[in-house]
Amino acid sequence: MGAARQGIFESLRRSIGRDAAADAVAAVDERLNRHPRGLVPALTRVGGAAAVDLFIEKARKVAATVERLDAFDAIPAAAARRLAEWNLPAKLRLAPGMANGRVDWASSPMLETATGPSRGEDLATLTGASAGVAETGTLIITSGPDHPTTLNFLPLGHLVVLSVRDIVPAYEDAWDLLRAAGPMPRTVNMITGPSRTGDIEQTIQLGAHGPLRLHILLIDEG
Amino acid sequence: MKATSHAFVDNAHAALGDGQLRRALGNIETGFQRKRAAAKLGLPEFEALRDQAKAIKDHTLAHLDLYLERFETQVHAAGGQVHWARTTDEARQSVLDICRQAGARSVLKGKSMVSEEMGLNDFLQDNGVRPIETDLGEYIIQLRREPPSHIIAPALHLNKEQIADSFRDAHPQFPAERPLSEPRQLVDEARSVLRDAFLKAEVGITGANFLVAETGSTIIVTNEGNGDLTQTLSRVHIVVASIEKVVPTLEDATTLLRLLSRSATGQEFSAYTTLSTGPRRPDDPDGPEAFHVVILDNGRSALLGTPAQDTLRCIRCGACMNHCPIFAAVGGHPYGWAVPGPIGAALNPGLIGIEEAHHLPHASTFCGRCESVCPMKIPLPKIMRHWREKAFEKDMMGTVPRLALWAWAWAAKRPRLYRWTTGPMMAVLGRLGRRKGRFRSVPLAGGWTRHRDFPAPQGQTFQQAWAAHQRGARRKGQ
Ligand code: SF4
Repeated sequence: MGAARQGIFESLRRSIGRDAAADAVAAVDERLNRHPRGLVPALTRVGGAAAVDLFIEKARKVAATVERLDAFDAIPAAAARRLAEWNLPAKLRLAPGMANGRVDWASSPMLETATGPSRGEDLATLTGASAGVAETGTLIITSGPDHPTTLNFLPLGHLVVLSVRDIVPAYEDAWDLLRAAGPMPRTVNMITGPSRTGDIEQTIQLGAHGPLRLHILLIDEG
Repeated sequence: MKATSHAFVDNAHAALGDGQLRRALGNIETGFQRKRAAAKLGLPEFEALRDQAKAIKDHTLAHLDLYLERFETQVHAAGGQVHWARTTDEARQSVLDICRQAGARSVLKGKSMVSEEMGLNDFLQDNGVRPIETDLGEYIIQLRREPPSHIIAPALHLNKEQIADSFRDAHPQFPAERPLSEPRQLVDEARSVLRDAFLKAEVGITGANFLVAETGSTIIVTNEGNGDLTQTLSRVHIVVASIEKVVPTLEDATTLLRLLSRSATGQEFSAYTTLSTGPRRPDDPDGPEAFHVVILDNGRSALLGTPAQDTLRCIRCGACMNHCPIFAAVGGHPYGWAVPGPIGAALNPGLIGIEEAHHLPHASTFCGRCESVCPMKIPLPKIMRHWREKAFEKDMMGTVPRLALWAWAWAAKRPRLYRWTTGPMMAVLGRLGRRKGRFRSVPLAGGWTRHRDFPAPQGQTFQQAWAAHQRGARRKGQ
């Protein structure tokens, strides 16, 4: 396909008809290296508790549920309660990052857990999130050894653990964190509420292909 | 896909007579228009963001070669491959080659207008690879062997009874008497059928809303999660995108994302916005083993620097068609190609040729709503006017309108003559039509009056009325 590539670029350069190629290259490099922010909406000019409140408000608006917990230890019991409320069996597939982290899953013997990527048979999963964006109540979940992407999409109920310290006001703040964390992961999921579709007579139905329910466990250790 | 745009007039007539279609299209106003208006109100910066979005794309288009090169470099750096395609033939051959290499007998597909443009499904099918659409709307129309009628709501033209009938035909594995009268039941049935397909996926094809040059990422924006299952569960992920989808940085993509869902569905953000960069990493527990991006030109590079260049800013939000009186009357199918509505009328002549698409730029009242809602500030009516001129130059209008326009232009360039002829004409027409206020037929305009009445003029030309108004104002001012 070398010919196709060459043909397209020749056609592009012919149409663009640029004189000072060096200036153009410099302008492009500058933009890519500096990645300047555009206009960031004023509603994101919040910090601390106000950002957390905004995150919760926006997440609820898109049919996610949010529950505040004051310690990581409280997660297993909260997860078990939520599964019962959803009428799902007390079985949970965990992201490795959540299984090996600060949570003592043995403390909740009523809950049957498994760890690793999902092959489709799990009704409920629990993962972490690397950030929450207050602007729209959006969770940022990146793929990696600790975070199989399948857990975000295959279950009926998805539980997400988010620390209030990881809530940022705007998407741009999340990009800064992502750049600081190293090379781009294979997948960055921005998740805003559970799966939905309007394809049948424009009625909104939740749980189209992805999760029907999204529950956010917000950890605030004070 | 094979265009049927030349048959727009006949197909639009047929659509106007379809009562079911009219009911379905009635949902647009409540479904899309009001939600968009509310979302715009909720973001005070909406207008300012439109200006910035336009500037981002104008800058990108002016440096498109350089940003595409950087995108390619970054995809390679992340372990993916880029395939360039001048034509839709080259693009679908690329896709087929990748499928064959992977030994795939079927492929899963997320919604992609570029794949519609390529006519990818029929091509794959003819070559022994079965395509399975996974977006609910696309799945429904694939069962019915129809093209999409709207870029973000492909099954907009159907009601739930028609969908239920299609499901009963296509899913014999379920009891014949099962209830399917509610949208919920239909969604659940599609979920369970497609779930099996997802778990057996070999190759997954998605489109891209954006390509990010900075990182080599492709971005898809969806609500159902099907695009994510498609790419995550497949061994091979193929992204099909056109050249103008590239944006410089994550920040630039963000500005466009703030406008996209608000303009499309009135959501502040869609449920799933996903950035995909290369194949799975060595220690990733899931994700595709290979990542390919097929980048299609198909005439777009030649539009740069022409009056139609602005169409390349389009982010395919659908707002222009949601606010178009013509689209609301006939739906998407009569436009006869992948992209319908005002953006189709402005873009398609440049991609499939004015000979095929010359009716489309005429399918407009020039009311200007499309331009006023377009998040990318694309001057759609102006571009349609450009294509009308091209169609006129190429003598594609038919003799009567052409002669009439020629005569009108000749007279309009001679103001005194114009006034002498139009003044008495209006007076006569005004008197003749005074009783009914309209004419059933007008000589030489039979095509027009066959379907509607011609409103009778009031008896004065605008210039006469204006002169009288000015005289009145002067008298009052004294
Ligand atoms: S032309 Fe504008 S309004 Fe229409 S789909 Fe494209 S971006 Fe949206």
